[in-house]
Amino acid sequence: MIENAWLIPLFPLVAFILLIAFGRRLKESSAWLGILFTLGAFLLSVMTLFERLRLDHSASVVVDWLQIGDHLITMGYEITPLNALMLFIVSLVSLLVHIYSRGYMDGDDRISVFYAYLALFTFSMLGLVIAPNLLQVYIFWELVGVCSFLLVGFYFYKPEAKRAARKAFIMTRIGDVGLFVAMSLLFWQVGSFELAAIFTAVENNELSAGLITLTAILIFVAAIGKSGQFPLHTWLPDAMEGPTPVSALIHAATMVAAGVYLVAVMFPLFEASPAAMNTVAYVGGFTAIFAASIALVQNDIKRVLAYSTVSQLGYMMLALGAAGYVAGTFHLMTHAFFKALLFLAAGSVIHALHKQNIQEMGGLSARMKWTAALFFVGCLSIAGIPPFSGFFSKEEILLTVWQDGRAGLFIVAVFTAFLTAFYMFRLFFLVFSGESRSRDMNQVKESPSVMMFPMLILGILAVGSGFVHTHWFGTFLGDWLISGPASTYGAQAHSETWILILALVVSLLGIGLAYLMYAKRTWDHRALAERLPLAYRVLYNKYYVDEAYRYTFVSGLRGLGIFLNFFDRYVVEGVLRLIHGIMTGIGTVGAKIQNGQVQVYGITMVCGLVILIIGFIMAGGYLR
Amino acid sequence: MTSVPLNAYLIVAAILFCIGLYGALTKRNAVIVLLSIELMLNAVNINFIAFARFGLYPGMIGQVFTVFTISIAAVGAAVGIAILIALYRNRGTVNIDEMDLLKR
Repeated sequence: MIENAWLIPLFPLVAFILLIAFGRRLKESSAWLGILFTLGAFLLSVMTLFERLRLDHSASVVVDWLQIGDHLITMGYEITPLNALMLFIVSLVSLLVHIYSRGYMDGDDRISVFYAYLALFTFSMLGLVIAPNLLQVYIFWELVGVCSFLLVGFYFYKPEAKRAARKAFIMTRIGDVGLFVAMSLLFWQVGSFELAAIFTAVENNELSAGLITLTAILIFVAAIGKSGQFPLHTWLPDAMEGPTPVSALIHAATMVAAGVYLVAVMFPLFEASPAAMNTVAYVGGFTAIFAASIALVQNDIKRVLAYSTVSQLGYMMLALGAAGYVAGTFHLMTHAFFKALLFLAAGSVIHALHKQNIQEMGGLSARMKWTAALFFVGCLSIAGIPPFSGFFSKEEILLTVWQDGRAGLFIVAVFTAFLTAFYMFRLFFLVFSGESRSRDMNQVKESPSVMMFPMLILGILAVGSGFVHTHWFGTFLGDWLISGPASTYGAQAHSETWILILALVVSLLGIGLAYLMYAKRTWDHRALAERLPLAYRVLYNKYYVDEAYRYTFVSGLRGLGIFLNFFDRYVVEGVLRLIHGIMTGIGTVGAKIQNGQVQVYGITMVCGLVILIIGFIMAGGYLR
Repeated sequence: MTSVPLNAYLIVAAILFCIGLYGALTKRNAVIVLLSIELMLNAVNINFIAFARFGLYPGMIGQVFTVFTISIAAVGAAVGIAILIALYRNRGTVNIDEMDLLKR
């Protein structure tokens, strides 16, 4: 199967084409078409994954695409352990979201369009994860960006959705420029887009240290944009204007993880530059704690999850920056499962209630037993309670960061784990426990089984997927991942019991605090907010980053725009009008001469003749 | 016969030509314009004959050409008058200023 891995992205592509062509006629059944094709891609991915598990070398097929001078640009695919794992994650979450959307988007007029976009996204994302060269990565990188734009703006008739889609596109574009520049620089220096060639060049010290750092940081800029890291994180929470399944698939599980994936794929390049590794680690660590603190006070169920995503992505970046290739990738996988689960469960709540403000919810666990149970599983997993998957991946990250030796970052990571546990359980208690805080709770019903089934699968994975890499039974995933093509993948973390206990205690503390404040209400959270009004306001307004951008970049650029508009209108257009005026004037005079009067023409001829003769005489008989 | 010099013929022809030219360019009546054109043709004819007699190679060629010109001018005048009559019937005028159909 592994030789035919290029077929995997083609399944959703065919689905996309069919849905675009016949979607209007298919209507509701377009959902099943999308599900069917994604299922095909998923089955192939599973087969590829299992085959790759048995092999001990990477399969890759490369065909020539373009010959430019001496340089050959190729297209193809490569199945490294990381790629095979990503194929599995992406196609699985995509399949489950496809199924879930059948229930969530039920009755929407544009359901075929929705499925077409989903299929296009799945195609792009699968294409991205099997790309063996940077050019192909870039192409699919932009394609997933477009899909994100289309899906965030799916409810384009809502002005917020329109704004959010635009913001998502522009913010990620800023990052994409970094990838483009880095790609061009590497092509200039190495003469090839192939990742293997780039890594060989790095290994043989063909590139200068400065260039490696520069390209690595530029690639990281792209990852910052896509993965919503500080300072380009503001688009991700706004992207929650899209339908919830989209948030689960694109803005939690797969696309935003593409930034982490990119750093992981380029890991040998990053590893060659300590400065780049530092940048990744510090940006990741800062983002993790920064976003987690914002999530503490948000009131929109999806926004809390969005900030949680930003924070967890920061966590992964932190792991990668601390040379934790395995830890970052492992957390990427478990996070994809439990965050998709959390989003789908949140979608189930939104589907039932048609509102997103958690202050108006409460007491839902009685009415939505399954959703509540699955959300609880997701919360336990993200909070890092054994034996849920998040515990193992988070522990792996903490171990890596500790053994990397930067104590400050370790403390940040531990504190973030505490905050994560706290805000996730604040969310859980506010939504599901206690008394209902709004009156129309009686009509609330559990979501249909077509929505519950994907959540159940994700729930099982959120519980079980951690066991593929533990320090108790064996680090299968890690051993397998580092058997990939590059020569080194950083140091493997080894177990330390006190870190394990510390992580657990911190998580339990967070959960306990949330329980006291939001479930038992021993301490009133409002009193705390009133006692620290400044801190609360700053957090509630997300550190005023949006406002800061608005007053600096947005108004600055708007000012520049106004200036350029005036320049265009009065200078450029002025010149154009002048030229236009001259031409029109000549035309008017010419038209007056061409008056159709034979006699005027005759006079003109005679005058011309006379002038010619005079000239002739003056010139002495001949014109020289 | 030989007492009249070449210059005199040429001056007469030039005056005739200028009168014709003036008439052709300034008159508004199409008939007058046609007549003026005939005047210019005749000025040319005088030149032909004068040079046939006093030119560098005196001979009959100039006179032969004059006969041709006269006949062709007659044909031209006939066609011109015919067109003019057709125009007059159609548009009720022979004023050359109003004959600007191509312009519209």
